[in-house]
Amino acid sequence: MATEQIKSAAQPKPQQGFVYLPLIVGWLVPGAGHFLLRKWGRGALLAASILGMFVLGLAMQGKLYSSAHEILEFLALAGDLGSGLLYIVSRALGLGADSVQVTTADWGTRFIVVAGLLNVIAAVDAHNLRTGRKA
Amino acid sequence: MSLHPSHFTAVLLFALFASVVFGITQRETPHRMFRYGLYCFAMFVGSAIVLSWLMYFIAR
Repeated sequence: MATEQIKSAAQPKPQQGFVYLPLIVGWLVPGAGHFLLRKWGRGALLAASILGMFVLGLAMQGKLYSSAHEILEFLALAGDLGSGLLYIVSRALGLGADSVQVTTADWGTRFIVVAGLLNVIAAVDAHNLRTGRKA
Repeated sequence: MSLHPSHFTAVLLFALFASVVFGITQRETPHRMFRYGLYCFAMFVGSAIVLSWLMYFIAR
């Protein structure tokens, strides 16, 4: 009886504390939400994939959206914002092309947008781990 | 740094990164994550090849 009580007290309670922290941290820094939950392997793979996709997009002279004038541009901007600090720092450093000049730049633009969308999926996964919805 | 990969290389890179994230986030155990990631990679690359051939024949 006493052993069971000690065991249940030692196990982390899924709903304890601020449950949205892994979601927010994971959105700001790719993989950090999983690192926060001590899922080192998953976090490292997610970080490498998302960061790799984002950097390759920039290397392909992909465009970083800063404003939106039509619905498709708005969706692309929303995707870019999914990268969190990667997007903010890249914008601050003036990285990314202002307009698409070559074919590879078009692919690079998609890489950057999809990296942001994948980061949102990873952040939501970290939140699900935190709430206990996923093991 | 400027990178100009071929279209197929870009497809492979895209499929690799997206499959890793899909595998980890959509399944619970490492074994199932690996299998689902492999499945996603095959579907990404396979569908790109099939659609490319379809467009090739449509254009003729």
